[in-house]
Amino acid sequence: MKSYFTRFFLAALLPLLAFTTAANAQNAPASSIPTAALLQPAELAAALKTPTPHKPLILQVGSHVLFAEAHIPGSEYAGPTGQSSGLQTLRDRVAHLPKDSAIILYCGCCPWSRCPNIAPAYSLLRSLGYTHLQVLYLAEDFGTNWVDKGYPTTKGR
Amino acid sequence: MNPRPFALLLSLGLSTPSLLTQTHPTSAPHARQTAKSTAKLAPDFTRSDLTGKPIHLSAYRGKLVLLNFWATWCGPCLAEIPRFSAWQQKYAAHGLQVIGVSMDDEAAPVQKVYRKFQLTYPVVIGDEHLGNLYGGILGLPITYLVDPQGHILARYQGEPNLSQLEATIQKNLPTP
Repeated sequence: MKSYFTRFFLAALLPLLAFTTAANAQNAPASSIPTAALLQPAELAAALKTPTPHKPLILQVGSHVLFAEAHIPGSEYAGPTGQSSGLQTLRDRVAHLPKDSAIILYCGCCPWSRCPNIAPAYSLLRSLGYTHLQVLYLAEDFGTNWVDKGYPTTKGR
Repeated sequence: MNPRPFALLLSLGLSTPSLLTQTHPTSAPHARQTAKSTAKLAPDFTRSDLTGKPIHLSAYRGKLVLLNFWATWCGPCLAEIPRFSAWQQKYAAHGLQVIGVSMDDEAAPVQKVYRKFQLTYPVVIGDEHLGNLYGGILGLPITYLVDPQGHILARYQGEPNLSQLEATIQKNLPTP
């Protein structure tokens, strides 16, 4: 009898925990991302120039329209993570990756402190157990802090 | 040659939950304004607004046009569009025309916000082609002031100082 109640309790609790985790991820501000996880644009631009067989997965988690206008060569679209559908897109994209995969997230849709996408993306991947995460710090937006600096971009969806 | 530069980058950036309280770099809070003395013509475009009515930018020659690129997921954008809506009503008789270009991926959330804010000006749905036409809308909001001859008076990237923007509008209205 006791184990029946335990199973029933767990069955009810787990979906609630999953929902709470997703809701928390969606509401997280960019300031919740630890400074140690931030990657400066110049650092990434320099790293992109260096040939390596171990390239990280670079994911743009913001607007698809802005991605189509310009994005970092080799990056993929996996958003918008400010919305539930975008979080699911990101979850699906990383589902088969080892937890120690090197992943770099970026958005740049809005000023950093107002970005609705970047912290939910980071928070989700952390909660899923990914340990080698970095986030490109775009203080103002992708145009100002990446494109205008002359760093490489490509167009298209 | 270091075969794993990203590993080095990541080793610098590996984080733990205990680091969640660390302080952050501060971001620039206000818009950068670009005013060009040798103003170029604002690229013309035709798009349907949310009611299906075609909007031709060049049809607004003779008016001062505030062209605002925004999106429903953009917090700063949502903060400023009520002011734009008020200005449309306040200055319409003086020749101001506000036009919104939403860079959302879908029209449905735009319709919702349009109704919620009861916007008084037309909103069209933009895309990467329109963005590229304007040199790349790679961060929101971005607002242009287009003079009655169709030249770009100013470009504001980010959140403009709305009081200063209103003063600029008042100064450039075709019918003061």
